[in-house]
Amino acid sequence: MKLHEHQAKEVFADAGIPVPESRLVATVEEAAEAAEAVGYPAAVKAQVRVGGRGKAGGIELVDDADEARAAAEEILGMELKGLRVDEVLVEAAVDFVDELYVGVTMDRGAGEPVAMVSTRGGVDIEAVAAEEPDAIVREGVDPVFGMQPYEARKAVYEAGVDRAVAGDVASVVRTLYGLWDDDDATEIEVNPLMVTADDEVVAADAVMNVDDDALFRQPELAESAEATDGDNLEAKADEYGFDYVRLDGDVGIVGNGAGLVMTTLDLVDYYGGAPANFLDIGGGAKAERVANALEVVFADDSVEAVVFNIFGGITRGDEVARGINEALTQFDEIPTPVVVRLAGTNAEEGMEILNTDLVTVEATLESAVQRAVDYAEGET
Amino acid sequence: MSILVDADSRVVVQGITGGEGKFHTRQMTEYGTNVVAGAVPGRGGQEVDGTPVYDTVAGAARAEDADTSVVFVPPAFAADALLEALDAPLDLVVAITEGIPQQDMATVYRKASETDTHLVGPNCPGVITPDEAKLGILPGDIFADGDVGLVSRSGTLTYQVVDSLTSRGLGQTTAVGIGGDPIIGTDFVDALELFEADPDTRAVVMCGEIGGEDEEEAARYIGERMDTPVAGFIAGRTAPPGKRMGHAGAIVSGSGTGTAESKIAALEEASAPVGDTPEEVVDRVEDFL
Repeated sequence: MKLHEHQAKEVFADAGIPVPESRLVATVEEAAEAAEAVGYPAAVKAQVRVGGRGKAGGIELVDDADEARAAAEEILGMELKGLRVDEVLVEAAVDFVDELYVGVTMDRGAGEPVAMVSTRGGVDIEAVAAEEPDAIVREGVDPVFGMQPYEARKAVYEAGVDRAVAGDVASVVRTLYGLWDDDDATEIEVNPLMVTADDEVVAADAVMNVDDDALFRQPELAESAEATDGDNLEAKADEYGFDYVRLDGDVGIVGNGAGLVMTTLDLVDYYGGAPANFLDIGGGAKAERVANALEVVFADDSVEAVVFNIFGGITRGDEVARGINEALTQFDEIPTPVVVRLAGTNAEEGMEILNTDLVTVEATLESAVQRAVDYAEGET
Repeated sequence: MSILVDADSRVVVQGITGGEGKFHTRQMTEYGTNVVAGAVPGRGGQEVDGTPVYDTVAGAARAEDADTSVVFVPPAFAADALLEALDAPLDLVVAITEGIPQQDMATVYRKASETDTHLVGPNCPGVITPDEAKLGILPGDIFADGDVGLVSRSGTLTYQVVDSLTSRGLGQTTAVGIGGDPIIGTDFVDALELFEADPDTRAVVMCGEIGGEDEEEAARYIGERMDTPVAGFIAGRTAPPGKRMGHAGAIVSGSGTGTAESKIAALEEASAPVGDTPEEVVDRVEDFL
């Protein structure tokens, strides 16, 4: 779960990391008032949980109240990578002489956290990582001992951070590690960490991702996740407990197991179609769950056909078939053709039970996907 | 022959009194797995379907000479259960539990790296040696004894591939589901090393997916160290960057690491053909044998 910038900054500020003065607002007039309050120049920043907001036009610098109004007018309500902007953060712009990058993330291969420091902040750090990996100093941390002061110092000095601010930057790195550890973060970063002419450091941006699997022991963070933005379908799927990702195509996909659902998406693409979504229905497939999954997929207007692919392990094909029949009879009119492929335990019984007035049955994954792609293209 | 598990494995089930633990213990026993004990704190002295339950894993291992554990403990308590199993000590620990917090797994991983125990999972379907023993939740009846090894990050994708292998007369030595989380005990290279050392495994299928760099490392190992031929499949070619595709580990980072293209290219570079469809992977295995 990714926190909004303003939420992450609040967490950082509470932990003692300096952040610029700012106000979160939802209207144009409030934005102008907020800009007057924090002073000029000020930044008006879209609060949506995607990266690259600046490039996409979601961040503007303003020098007076009229400009603040104009910027808020433009940004509020705009769509950034498919998400509508409902709030902007109006923030005092920092007069900086240097921009650094600091972060803590999980090194999957090593199975341990890693702290990262670079003097190349303020730009797309992932591009730096790809082109000049040596420009980012990485310091692995033993999770059992936790980060030691020397590890933070080492990363900061080896990155070539100016001696005048090295102590403060190391302190920010240790604070970030502490937050990473205490708040079950998977990724936490400041880019840029600005250095002012007076050798102060200020976190001008804040990124914090919290482990979804740890939200059960992070009640406060879980609550802030509920104030969610963005895609209503994703929110609805989340409510039903499905793993769901919306995509751009027109072939809706329901399946069980992440790897098999991904494979179904890939096959849709392979046979010339375009997947509309990823939806993992999970274990079991009782009628209610099937109906909920279809509701989510059908609610996407761009969907022209649906492929339903279940490999029953412990789940039995006959039960799934009954679930599908029952779910589809609840619709007065089935919005798009549905192609079903069942395999595994009791699959043959399941195929016989399926009501072919409601669905098209296919025997293999490949043929089911091809059929759904044909339907989406308007062939019958 | 086989890897990791066989008919002689003596298995303790952690979480045997829970709904899942009980159900799958029954399934494992029916398959022929030698389940000798359960371990659940506070339930020592009870029995589940005739299997004795102990309060601790060490107690179960001592009393029943267990060498293997299968873990069905809920996520909030799973890391502790895994640490207990690693401390028992045992030869093999298979963690089925899905949804263990990453930071807990970092601690478990650290402990596992200090022991000789093989940790498989978490968030995995388990390990099966057909006609001998199965550990976990895999549907036993789609597997058949034979000479193809299989290692996969995904459960149902494994079933899909195994189903085609079996229906085309290609049985398996052992199938290992290594799990879809970012931090897992046994990675592709670990499993491939075991298959390479197994004289009965004549070909290997490796099913990877987007996220991380395990597949790239596996490709390096295949290219430099393996004689046994490997056919690959990579799920997630159409996944957009920054979106988690179900598995916590299945995510392409913004910088483009963990992409399907990079994994496919690495495998093909190592002369491990990659199928565009699951059926094509089985075609490649047929070519090998």
